[in-house]
Order: sequence, then C-alpha cells, then structure tokens
Amino acid sequence: MITSLSWLKNHLTTKANLNQVAERLTEIGLEVENIKSSNDNLDNFIVCKIIKSQKHPNADKLKLCDVDVGSGGLIKVVCGASNARDGLFAVYAPPGAVIPKTNMKLKVAKIRGIESHGMLCSGYELDESSDKEGIIELNKKEKNIGDKYFKNVGEKTMDIAITPNRPDCLGVRGIARDLASSGLGNLKKESSAKINQKFKSPIKVSIKKEKIQGCGIFGSVYIKNVQNKESPDWLKKRIISLGLKPISAIVDVTNYVMFDLNRPLHAYDANKIDQEIIVRNSKKGESFEALDNKKYTLQNNMCAISDKAGVLGLGGIIGGTRSGTELSTKNILLESAYFLPSSIRKTSKILNIDTDAKYRFERGIDPDSIKLGLELGMSMILEICGGEASKFSIVGKIKDERKIIDLEIEKFSKVIGFSITGAEIKKILHSLGCTLKMSGKKIKVLPPTWRPDIKEDIDLIEELTRIKGYDKVPLINPEKENIKDVLNYKQKLFHFSQRSVASKGFTEAITWSFTDSKTDSLFSELKNEIKLSNPISSDLDVLRSSLYSNLIISAKKNIHRNFEDLMLFEIGPVFKGNKPGEQSTMIGAIKTGKYSRKNWIEKERNFDVFDIKSDALRTLNEVGIDNSRITVSNKTKKWYHPGRSGLLSLGSTSGPELAYFGEIHPSIIKKLDLRTDNILGFEIFLDNVPESRKKIREAKPQYMVSDYQKVVRDFAFVIDAKYSSGEIINLVKKIDKELIKSVKIFDVYQGDNITPGKKSIAFNVTLEPKDKTLSEKDIDQISKKIISTVQEVTGASLRS
Amino acid sequence: MENFNQIETNILNRIKNVNDHKSLDLVKTEIFGKKGIITELFQKIGNLDQGHRKEFASKLNNLKIKVTELLEKKLIDFDQSEINKKLRNEKIDVTLPGRTYFAGKIHPVSQVIDEVTSIFSEIGFSVEEGPDVENEYYNFSALNTPENHPARDMHDTFYLDRSKNLLLRTHTSPVQIRTMLKSKPPFKIIAPGRTYRHDSDQTHSPMFHQLEGLHIDKNVNMGHLKGCLYYFVKKFFEVEKVKIRFRPSHFPFTEPSAEVDIGYKIQDGKIKIGEGDKWLEILGCGMVHPNVLKNAKVNPKQYQGYAFGVGIDRLAMLKYGINDLRAFFESDIRWLEFYGFDPLDVPTNYRGLSR
Repeated sequence: MITSLSWLKNHLTTKANLNQVAERLTEIGLEVENIKSSNDNLDNFIVCKIIKSQKHPNADKLKLCDVDVGSGGLIKVVCGASNARDGLFAVYAPPGAVIPKTNMKLKVAKIRGIESHGMLCSGYELDESSDKEGIIELNKKEKNIGDKYFKNVGEKTMDIAITPNRPDCLGVRGIARDLASSGLGNLKKESSAKINQKFKSPIKVSIKKEKIQGCGIFGSVYIKNVQNKESPDWLKKRIISLGLKPISAIVDVTNYVMFDLNRPLHAYDANKIDQEIIVRNSKKGESFEALDNKKYTLQNNMCAISDKAGVLGLGGIIGGTRSGTELSTKNILLESAYFLPSSIRKTSKILNIDTDAKYRFERGIDPDSIKLGLELGMSMILEICGGEASKFSIVGKIKDERKIIDLEIEKFSKVIGFSITGAEIKKILHSLGCTLKMSGKKIKVLPPTWRPDIKEDIDLIEELTRIKGYDKVPLINPEKENIKDVLNYKQKLFHFSQRSVASKGFTEAITWSFTDSKTDSLFSELKNEIKLSNPISSDLDVLRSSLYSNLIISAKKNIHRNFEDLMLFEIGPVFKGNKPGEQSTMIGAIKTGKYSRKNWIEKERNFDVFDIKSDALRTLNEVGIDNSRITVSNKTKKWYHPGRSGLLSLGSTSGPELAYFGEIHPSIIKKLDLRTDNILGFEIFLDNVPESRKKIREAKPQYMVSDYQKVVRDFAFVIDAKYSSGEIINLVKKIDKELIKSVKIFDVYQGDNITPGKKSIAFNVTLEPKDKTLSEKDIDQISKKIISTVQEVTGASLRS
Repeated sequence: MENFNQIETNILNRIKNVNDHKSLDLVKTEIFGKKGIITELFQKIGNLDQGHRKEFASKLNNLKIKVTELLEKKLIDFDQSEINKKLRNEKIDVTLPGRTYFAGKIHPVSQVIDEVTSIFSEIGFSVEEGPDVENEYYNFSALNTPENHPARDMHDTFYLDRSKNLLLRTHTSPVQIRTMLKSKPPFKIIAPGRTYRHDSDQTHSPMFHQLEGLHIDKNVNMGHLKGCLYYFVKKFFEVEKVKIRFRPSHFPFTEPSAEVDIGYKIQDGKIKIGEGDKWLEILGCGMVHPNVLKNAKVNPKQYQGYAFGVGIDRLAMLKYGINDLRAFFESDIRWLEFYGFDPLDVPTNYRGLSR
C-alpha cells in the first residue's frame, strides 16, 4: 500500500512530519518498507526557453534549437516539432532523463550529423495528453526558466506492508485511523457533500438467487450527461504516485476512492448496458473480454455482472471492455458492491487474475461502505465531469456477522505481562471504531464493520498491545531449568555421526530434498517415484530416495571444474513414500579421484573400496558398534560394482543393514558423464543403528589382562579363490575362542606361481594365554590344529 | 711396588690412545680379561703380606674405579661421535610436504543449528522434530490458517498430490502441533529442520532451514517471549549488548504477533550486528493463538505461551558474512571449504560457541 503524508492529511490532522509518521506506522504494525520520491526522474524535466530556432542543415523537417535551461549557457537540441520557435517556453529533458511514455533513457546523440543534448518534450511523451503533434507550449516568464516542470513530484511516498489481517489499511483512511489511535493526530470527520439526487436510476439492478451467490450487496448510482476528460493535475499525480497510469477522470476517480477508503468502485458506460444489470452465477463456457484486454472463458458459478446480452465483468475482480468508459462516455453507472471473499478468491485463482480490487475484496471490504463509496465517487465525478446523479440504488443485504466480545481487563496483563486500565482500553478501542459497554470487570466490545479480523478477546488484546506499543512489554529473563533431556538418542546419533564422518576428511554438503528423477532412479529400489505436483524445475521433479543422487550431481559439477579429488557427504532425509513420516535418516558419502596424486613421498594411487570400507566401519565404531558385532558380506545393491561392494550388517549377514559400501557401478559413472574412473561411496542407515541399553560405564566388562607372554605365529596357505578372507578368519577364530585373540590377514596373492583359480593367503594369529605361559609344545599343538582345520574345511595346502 | 705407578700410567695411556670401539674392546680385555693386567694384580693380593695387603688392595680398587670410568667415558664419546657422524649425513629438507591427511568440514547450516541448540539448551529447551512431508492439516489448518485464507498466499507450497493434501512443509510450525498432540503440557521445545517454498531467486531458495520454538505453560506471557529472544540474540551474535525491536505483525497462528528486528551498521564493508541505526528483520514470533492450542488438545483457559520461527540460513549469513543464500546448497567444494567448520569445533556453552 502506497501513500503520502499529504494524502494522509486528507483524513488526519497532525503536526508530525513524514519520518515521525513512518516510524509510528512501523511501531503499530504497519511496516513502512521504504520511503521514496514518487518519481525522481520527473525532477529532470525543466522549464526552458528556445532562444533561437533554425533549420537543421541536413534535414528539412528538423530544427536546431539553442535552448536556455537556466544553467548559464545555451544548450543545442535537435527538435522535430513544427511549433518549435524563437521565444517559446517549453519542457526540456536532459540526457539521462527517462521519457515517461516510452521509458526511453535519453543520451547525447548525433541526429543527422549534429549532436543533440537532450530533448524538447510533447505532451504525449510526458504521458500527459494524447497530442503527439508539437512540443508543449508553456505560458511562463523568464524567471521560470530552470524550474522543475512537474510540481510537487518531490512529495515522498511510503510503501507500507499491510498484513493480510488488515484490509482496512488498504485504504488511506484506515491508516490515518490507526495513526490517530496511536496518538499521532486526530481523525477528521467524513465530509459529505449535499448533492441533489432527484431521479431514479433508469438501469434496473437485480441479484439473482443462487445456491452460492458471490455478491451480497450491489449499490449503484446513475450519472447522466457527464463530460469525461483528463483528470485534474492533483488527481493525476495521486494516481501516478500509486504506480498507476492516469486514464480518464472517471476511471481515475474509481481508483482514487479504492485507495482512499479501501472501497473499490466500478464505472460502466451506461449506454452500453443492455437494459439492466443482472448479478448471477456464470455458466461454463461463457466468455467476455476484460479490461486487461484478455478474453476469459468462465466456469460454472462465478459471480458474473451481466446484462441482457451476456457477461459484462467479474464482480469485484475485473470489468469488461464491452461496457468500459471512454472519453466520449456520456452516461455512467457507478457500482459500489460487496462480494464474498471466498467467491473472489476461488474465481481469481481459477482464472489467474490479480487486480487491486480482487486483492481487497478477498481480504474483506467494509460491507457498510457501499454508500460512502458511492457518495465520494459521485461527488468527485460531478465536480470534474459535471452531470446529474440519480438516487442511489442499493440491492441486497448481508447478515452482520459481528459478535459482541467479552474482554476481561485482567486477561491483558496475564498474556502480555503489564497492566492496562479500563479507561485506557476504552479509549484505544473506541478510537479504533469499536463500540463498548462496561459490565463489571468485563467490557463488552462490538468491533467495527471494517475489521473482519477482530473476532475474540485475544484479537482485542493484540490491538491494545499494538497501540500501547510493544516496547512496553517487559523483558523477563529466561529460567535455566530443563524439563527433559535436550537431545534424544536419535538426535545425538545424528550430530555425532555427522562430525564423525567429517573428521574422516569428508566435507559436508546440504542439497535439496528433491532431485532429478532420471538420476534418482539409478539409485532407487522404489516401485513408484515420489513426484512433486509442481516442481520448481523439471530436473528437480521428485523427492530423493537416495542421498547419492544429489551427491553425484554435485560431484560431477566439481569434477567438471577440475576438482577431481573429492570427498563429500550429506546427512539427512531420504524418502520412501509421499506420506508424512515415510522417510528415513541416512548418511551418504562419496570419494573420487586419488588418495595421493603426484606425491614425492607416497605412491600415487586411486581411492579404492578398502578406503571407503574403513571410513564406513570406523564411523560405525565411533557411534558405538564394535567390530565384533558387524558382519561384512558381499551383499550389494544395483548401483554398486557387483564385485567391489559389500554390506555391513548388525550381528549376522541377515541382521539389520548398517551400511553398504563400494565402488559405484561403472555404467552409472559413464551414463552420468562423470569424467572419472572411480567413485566410491557408503550409505549408513542411521535408523538401524541400535541404541545401547546400557551406558558405556555399565556395558564394559571388568578390566582383565593376562600376565603371560602373547605369542604371534604366521601361516600361509594356497586356497581356492572362492573363499573370502572373512570366512578364513572366522574359521580360525572358532578353533579356540579363549586362546586366539586375533587373526590378521597380511598378504593375499594371485598370479605367478599360483595355480589359476587359487590364491595364496597369509595371516598371523595372536595367542593370549590366560593361565600359563605357552610352551613350545602348546604352540605346536594349536598351530597344527589351525593347519589341519583350514586344510580339512577348505582343501587348502600349506605354503612352504 | 714401585712399579704400581708405572703400571697405572701404562694403563691410562693405553686407554687414552684408543680411537675406536674395536680397540676399546681389546684394551678392555687386556685390562679386565681373564689374564688382564688388573685381574692379575687382584690375584696377587693374596700373596702379599698382611702389612702391604690393605694398602695395595685399596690402591688397586681406586685404579679399577678410575679405569672403569675412563672406559665408560670413552665408550660414550665413541657413541656420541658415531651419532654425530650419522646426524651429519642425515639432513633432510623438512620443508617438503608431509604425508597425506584429509580434513573434512561441517556445513555452516549444521554448525549454526548446533550453536542455536546449545544456546536454547541453556534455558531449558529440548529438541523436537517432524517430518518433511506434511499434510495440509498440520501445515495450515491446525495452525489457524484455513483454506482460502489469504495468509496461505504467503507460503508458496510444493504439493505431492493433486488434491493438495500432501505437501512439503512450508515452515517448521507443524512440529508445534505434533509435539503438543503426543504429550502433555508444559512444553518447551525447539525444532530445527528443512522447510520448502516454491520460490527461487537471489534471496529465496526452494529449500531453506527454520528453527521453531514453543514454550507453553500456565503463566508464560509476552514478557517471557521477549526475554527468551533477547537472550538468544545476544548469545548467538556473541555481543554484550544488542539493539532489538519487537514490531507488531501478523501470523495466523499467533496473537499478538511480532517481528523482531536487530540493529546493525555497515563498518568497513562488513555488517556489524548489535549497534547502529539500521534495522534488520530476523524472526517472527508471538503468543500462540488459542485456536492452535485447541487444535492441539491443549486447554487455552489453563495454558498459554509463545512460539517463534527463525531462518537458520539467514542467521548463518548474518553471523558469518555470507552473501548468497543459494550458494548454501550448490555444493561447490570451494564454497564448502571456505565457509565450512572444522568437525572438532563443536559449539558448546562452556568452550564458547565459536572460535
């Protein structure tokens, strides 16, 4: 909502200046977003005098003028107007000025070989008249040279953000009322002019009975013998200050009243109405051409203002061209009506129309303002355009839905924290337009018709706080007592694992929860993708079902920027369905490129599966799952390299999935044009990480160490390649769970000297006796058992 | 016995002339070996008469100590000179880079969530969460924003179905409803999380982060709201004093509603929070509307309280001088490394929020 101090003063007696007003408005909830000159550009246009005008040497129809703009010397301007002549006072626009009609910015330019410094303007170019012929001729004196042509454009306007609950402040009067209530002046009485309205409107208006009729009241006045014209200067300037274009006096008046009183009006050319006005619901397929020059085809049950011939316009939203007023219009019908917010909203959404009137009606217009609007609109039109007005015709009626609210005085301090007296309450609410009656400790309050937002006592309490000032609310220091634990287990796990992964060298990314369906499907096992009905763009069309989708897209962007060694991770939701709660929390991490690139001390090598496996395992260890509870298997998902990936599960292979890890499938890397030969990744299912029932201090067994020497023995076998290291480790460990502390693979080899299909595997076994030092004989015995067991179970042979 | 001195001089000279480990070992054998000079002298003691024996034994012992010390000193000298020799050959260029290690970073949004959580945990709040996908009821209707209410226009919504029942939450406020429905008052919670609006330009991103706050009890009034937020702003921006302004506004789910501005100024091209004569809006808040309490099965005649919502990304931008919101989610490794935090920088109250 835009307004200015002078406009506010039409309704408010105040001594406050613009800054004081703006500050107060913000304090009472009408936030002034900015203050600006209504149009700084217009200050550029200056009264000048053509000292000498001669023919352009290179063009017959052009003139070369020496112009005095009051800056000392003379300025050379090329002009095409036939009326440019010596001694004429005119309007000069310097280079840099923007011509209002064309929005063209002037520059110093050569016109037919001669430089022109600016321009002499026509009324058409200044958007003041339709007269394109010739430049404006001013009746001025020498002393006016150099003056600004546009007077009063210097008046600053305020742009006020009006919240949806305050339709009344979409009119200047509403804003003035709030200012007066806050003590910054007095609200002026509404002036009513005495107009002689002798005859009855010749145009009959009826509101058809419908199941849902969007129009409650239709008020109108017929004005005959008007002479439509350009609006007077003051009105044009007001209209321009609103960011609107002056059109004609009649249209400008309807706009003015809308912004002045938050009372939309509509003017019809009465001669173009076919007999009568019928307000009825539209039928599907009916159409009309609206004032925005678009043709709209209507659905059933939209509130249509029509005549015998068909739809004229959509009530409260937009009028039609068929009955539009023109400069030649002689008789008009001026409408001031009440339309239901829900109906306006529904229709405008379907047809996608947004107008100032629609914006106001859907927020709620004062149903009591019908007559007020007609009076102001009518008297302004009569004053500017002349004519004779009929008696008002007001058809229809709506129920007054306001309820009397009981306000307990004490409730204010209970909610707000400071007290207010009954007298203050009365004063403030009265100034806002409420009707009050004391009844003991309660006040019975009837809100004004223009405040549809005031429905219950809390709304009144807000009004009182707002007008008293939020700065009056005391500041009470917070108590430092916790009702419950700050974080639950899942939340602690989230924050801990986030930093755990980052500490392994991964950089945290936060990406959209939505992604590209084509990419996501590569990493998804969902039957149906979770589509957005209205995606922001076609490549962000589904909710992600994997963290890999966006991570890989991000990796690609970075790799293409030549950042080829990357470690990225994200922790957050992935989606399994489109219902609330069908999501789980995961960690996804990827690494690509080399562990060490061109390194003087280390051998250059790519990141590989065992890097990513360690990252995943260590993270799981750090969040509290010991390696002894994790089973590694070669179970995998379709987006991994089938031979270079695996699963970490809790307990057994079929236990809850903790994490998948491995190389991303080479065909995906190719398909997505990643320009790298290896991307490794892991996905941790945080929701499957179990909460330990015991605290660490309770879960740990007693500290026990053996006093006896530990013994380490190495073994090497040639074994069928199908056996995994994990199987061998488990096999050996089982031989003597007490004695064998650990089994560690230190070499695996396939190639020369080893039969194809077999591999050489070497491991060492650590023995930790608990009750005696092992003798050579003891060690021999267990070694033999290890060898025979491995041989028997796997058919391996001991390597010499 | 005259030649004892001679022997002593002899021994000491031989040791003196030793130049390496090997000859030192030889000399040692010559002196202390089975047939070594001193060994043999000790053997002679028994043959001496009573009168000389004591004196000789004492002299011999002294010689033994002297020689032993001398030998040890020689040994140390040799070790030392050997080490010194080795050291002279072992000079490397320590300015060469060390072995590879990897340092990751925490995203500024995550860092700020931790900072904010730490602050609110100090004044009794615990953390709640809610789903990213919501239904229309929790996101709007239960929050006193009925269908066809113009306030819904302030939230451009992503929908997941045609009937517009399923959507991506436009704010974290539905967590208020979920929290109140699953438990009994009092409530004192914050809820950080992802939020979504169908909006994308320089200052809007289709996904962003909010932090919801809710405090409901029997006597929580607007003064408590003010105190809580003043505490938060002061702690978060780590300033002693901060200019703060509560300005009336409108949200359907609070009444009265307020927007909170903080004072700032631009100094040397950088924003300085807390002082100055410019105002910056940082959050919205208010007293929870009785209708919201009713919808959440809390009796508004017994309980009342406040709620607030703050943009986490915006807080991060202000505190850490980040200009472009959209860069937060573009995963440009250069940006992430520049604005990211060390994983060991866990914001806590006792160590301070930030270094």
